[in-house]
This record gives sequence, structure tokens and C-alpha cells, in this order.
Amino acid sequence: MSEWLENFRIPIGDWVESVVAWIQDNLTGLLDGIAAVIGFLTDSFEGALMALPAWLLGLAIIALGWWRVGWKFGLFAVAALGVILGMDLWEQTVETLSLVLAASTVALAVGLPIGIAMARSDLVESLIRPVLDFMQTMPPFVYLIPAAIFFGLGTVPGAIATVVFAMPPAVRLTNLGIRQVNKEQIEAGLAFGCTRRQLLTKVQLPLAMPSIMAGVNQTIMLALSMVVIASMIGAGGLGNTVLTGIQRLNVGLGFEGGLGVVILAILLDRITQSFAPGRRG
Amino acid sequence: MNDAPMIEVSGLYKIFGSNPDAAMPLIEEGRGKDEIFDKTGQTVGVHDAELSIREGEIFVVMGLSGSGKSTMVRLLNRLIEPTSGSIRINGRDVTSMSHKELIELRRRDLAMVFQSFALMPHRTVLDNAAFGLEVAGEDRDKRRERAMEALEQVGLDANANSYPDELSGGMQQRVGLARALATDPSIMLMDEAFSALDPLIRTEMQDELLELQRRQARTVVFISHDLDEAMRIGDRIAIMQDGRIVQVGTPEEIVTQPANDYVRSFFYGVDISQVFTAADIMDKQHLTVVERPGMGVRAALESLRRHDRDFAVVVGSDGHYEGIVSADALARVLNESDEPGFRDAFESVEPVPTDGLLDELIGRCADTAAPIPVVDGDGRYRGAVSRSRLLRTLDRTSDASSEATENAGGSHE
Repeated sequence: MSEWLENFRIPIGDWVESVVAWIQDNLTGLLDGIAAVIGFLTDSFEGALMALPAWLLGLAIIALGWWRVGWKFGLFAVAALGVILGMDLWEQTVETLSLVLAASTVALAVGLPIGIAMARSDLVESLIRPVLDFMQTMPPFVYLIPAAIFFGLGTVPGAIATVVFAMPPAVRLTNLGIRQVNKEQIEAGLAFGCTRRQLLTKVQLPLAMPSIMAGVNQTIMLALSMVVIASMIGAGGLGNTVLTGIQRLNVGLGFEGGLGVVILAILLDRITQSFAPGRRG
Repeated sequence: MNDAPMIEVSGLYKIFGSNPDAAMPLIEEGRGKDEIFDKTGQTVGVHDAELSIREGEIFVVMGLSGSGKSTMVRLLNRLIEPTSGSIRINGRDVTSMSHKELIELRRRDLAMVFQSFALMPHRTVLDNAAFGLEVAGEDRDKRRERAMEALEQVGLDANANSYPDELSGGMQQRVGLARALATDPSIMLMDEAFSALDPLIRTEMQDELLELQRRQARTVVFISHDLDEAMRIGDRIAIMQDGRIVQVGTPEEIVTQPANDYVRSFFYGVDISQVFTAADIMDKQHLTVVERPGMGVRAALESLRRHDRDFAVVVGSDGHYEGIVSADALARVLNESDEPGFRDAFESVEPVPTDGLLDELIGRCADTAAPIPVVDGDGRYRGAVSRSRLLRTLDRTSDASSEATENAGGSHE
């Protein structure tokens, strides 16, 4: 018995490896397609943001903060961007920002429709929910391995791992927001002759908007944190600075990179939150 | 108004639960709602309903909560799918309609007004009123024009560009009403449409509905749990109990020939002091004065004398109950004080909650000549019960029915 126990081993790791190998052998077309789309998006965002002169991009961020959040936040943005410039981290910050924007765009483009589908069908919800739980509890580093195997090293696998990690809140909060719409408001939509599509676009989505926007904000914040981790497979940007700091045990460099991430996080968080509707749409 | 039935319901059943077939044999055996639930886990919502609603009448469906009246109204536009039976609207069989036909019917012929208003907070008042037309694919200018006309009918055209949360409850429900009127439906379904409103606003809205009916008589199916309301606006009333329709008739018929004790209990119940709450018998039109700058003791006294009343209820501008004053006390305060205030004239009367039973009221009434104010959970004034009103309610053998008949007759002046 004890011998049997000692030899007892479920080879889950082996199974996963063979699945990964099978995907690599047989789904090359799909993998290439995904890589192409994500690559195109990250390149576009990065190209666009990098093409802008630093002062213009900085001014745009400050203006956005001033307009959406308030003049105090506008002043904060001036100081914050000044610190980033002063640390010589402008390029890395822009790189990280474009990665976050690209990954969030994909995560939302995939996540929001899934959230809507979950809200409309209990069956879909019961199937997707455990997948979301799995995605959110799996340590984020684990995503890096298949991403690197399928897509090599660099920006694209980093962005893909980020998409997977950042998607769940958008899905969850879209589903939740739609399901929480008041029953009589749904009935009002139906009683006046809404089709299923009209009910979604004219009643459910607008009324779920505060919750959906909270999900968008969460996704963007998670994308930022994952982009930093993804530097381990060569995603570049501020994460790279932090990673270099760790590798060389260079406290100052690590701190500067970290501070850059914090500043970017605050800017993204406050500005995206300001787009969430208040008491009305 | 002609006698052709606009809505015809026959043999209509709604059974909630996963296995309605299990409940049907028990229903046929004549088992009760509770017994069927115990045995099969299925809930009988509506039991063998027969209704014939005429064009242009206000038809009130009345019953206590859980009697199936809300289910009934939702079966008419199939927000709830019937289990069996037939519904005909304008001669067309609604139960067999395809999804597409049903949507057309809802867009053209049936509009609904909800207890919680169910407005869309992200839309302006105008766009809320235009909702039905928008859904039906009416172009922007046309639907705004018609929505504006509907808002004018309910007196809200000046608020067209406001948002619902900027309006009071009564005004919000006017928007709900305008949304229903804008599609020019032949039938309006009103589910406890005025139940969430303050008593004064509620009466106002009932008058408004009667006025709208005078101008253009639509077929109105009105759900209510409130006897006063049913009597006031109903051309005919159906009373529901445990999913069954136990009686249909004019207000007079229901009062003078109640079909069973349940119906009778609405007027002079079996053990009335245990059945009726303060809210059921209170007088919602009792003289009130709103405490605000400019409404002083002198003005209140004048108002009391003009209406030939002894007592007035003082209500804060937010609807909260403040106190009760008598004409005598007001006159005394005016004489004694340089700066007369209501507070000096308040009677020592504690209000009762809306769900307080008559038992409680009897004790209070014995202690004071003043009417007993009724307040809801938030301390807002709802109505008052005078000693004579209480006595008339308790004296079920004589005056109760004639008083109810009087109310019913008086409502259509």
C-alpha cells in the first residue's frame, strides 16, 4: 500500500505539455492569426504614441486629466509626467502605456460580448463562471509559459498573457450589471415592444453602464500590473526597468521603474473612472 | 362606449414552477392553492379566469397581495406566458400569436404603466415618453412631436428636457403615463400605477386619469389593492382571491351583493378589527395644512373655518407628520402669543403606523376627540382616522355599505 502511494502520481503536467505540443503542431494558423492581430494592435498603438512629440502627448494627458477629473488632477499630471521625464523613463512609460491600451482593447473586445452572453443565458453563465474563477486564481506568472511557447519572446506574447489575465473583471461586471437591471425596467422595455436586441441596446446596456465601466477600469488596471510581469518574457517598457533592477540588485533603478508604474496607474485609474456614468448615463 | 368586449379571457391558468402538468389534476379536483403547493411544489398564480372587458371602460382588478392580480395583468400582454386558456384582444387570439405578432401588438395596442414608474434614468423626460415610438421604429422628429403631445396631455411639456431623477414621484409617474399615451394605444395596463405615490398626489393622479378618459376613452385595466381607489376610478371591479376571480361587478354591486366573506371583508369584514389596518380605513382627504413660511396659524384657522372642520393635520413641506391642531387651540394660541406657532397648539395625539390594526385605533380614539393620524415607516403623513369614521367601519351591519356606495357615486361627479 505504502509503495503504491509512493508511486502514485497523476501526470497532469505531462498532459498539459502534450496538449500544448498538440496545439503547437496543429493550430499554427490560429496562433499566427492571434499573433498577427495582437502584433498589429501593439505596433499601431506604440507607433502612434511614439510618433507624437513627447510634449504633445504629455500635454494631451494633462488636458484630459484637467478636463475629466479637475484642475487639481491636471496639476498632479503635470508634476507626475515631469517626474517620469526626470527619471529618463519617458520612452519606457509610453511603451508600457501602448501595451496596456492594446491588451485592454483586445480584452474588452472579447470580454464584453462574453459578459453579455453570460447575462442572457444561465447555461452560458454556469459554463463561463468556473473558467473565470480559474483565470483569476491562477498565478499570473503561469500564463507566461504557454505564451512564450506559442508566441516566442517579445511584446506579442506579453500582450497575449496580459489579455488573458485582464479579461475576467470586464466579463464579470458586464454580466453582473446586466443581471442587476431592475425587473420592472426590463418589463417596461418588453411591454413597449422591444425585440431582444432592442432590449439589450436600449435598456440593459445603458442601465448596466456604471457596472460595465467599473469592469473596464478594473481590466485596464490589471493589464498594467500584468504588463510589468510580462517583461519577464521580453514585453519591454517599465517592467523591463524593474526587472533589470532586480537582476542587478539595483535598488535605485528598481524603485524608479516601480514609481513610473505607480504614476501611470494613478493617471489611468482616475481618467478611466471619470468616464463611468454617475447617477445617469 | 359600446358593449363589444375589447379583452376576453376564458379558462385562463397560470401555474408557476417547473412542472405545471403535475398541478392540473389537483386543480381539477378542486384542491386549494396551499395544498397544491405542498403536494407538487407548483404555485397557482391565476386559476380559471373568465373576464370580459368592454371597450372604453376602466376595469379595476382588486385583491390583496398574492391574490394573482399582478400576474393577471402580465398575462394580458404575455410578459408572463399563460399555462393554458385563451386571451382575445380585439377579437384576436393573443395566446397563439407568434413572437413577431406579439411585439407588434405590444407596440400598437397595449401600453403599460408600472408601480415603480420604470423610467430609463439615462433618458430625458422627452426621450422616455418617446420610448415606445422609438422601439417601433418611428423617425426622430415624428416621435418627438408625438411624445411632446403626450407630455402636454399630462402637463409636463415644460420638463421635457429634465431627467427623471430631477422630478418628484408624481411627476415621474406622469412621464410613465405619457410614455403609455404617446403610442396612442387602445388598451392601457396599469399595474398599481399610483400605489407608490403620496395620498394627495395619488388622488390628483386618479382625477387626471378620469379626465384623460373623458377626453378619449381608452380601455384601462387597472390593478389596485386599495378599495378607495377601485371605488373612485373603476367602472367595474373584479375581485381576486388566491388566483381566482371571485366577483366582477360595478362598485355598487360589489358593495351591496358581495359574493363571499372575502369580498365582504373589504367593506365590513368578518372580524374587521383584526383584518383591516389603519391604511385601509383612513381618510386620505382629511384637511391638512402644510407648515411653511406664509402658512401661519391665522391662515390655518381660516382654512379650518372655511371647510367647517374642527381639526387639521399639520404636515411638513417634506410630507412628514408634524402634529394635529384644533380650531379652538389655534384661536387660543392667537390670543395668547405674540408670535403664534403651530407647536403651541398641537394636541397630544400619537400617530399610528399604516399597518396598525383597528384594535390599536380603538384605544386611541377613546382617549381623544381628535382624529388619529396615520404615518408610514418614514414618518410621512398618509391619512387620518376620525372617531366617527372608525365607528362607521366597525358598525358593519348598518352604515358601512351605504357609505361605500356614497363614495363610489361621488367619485364620478
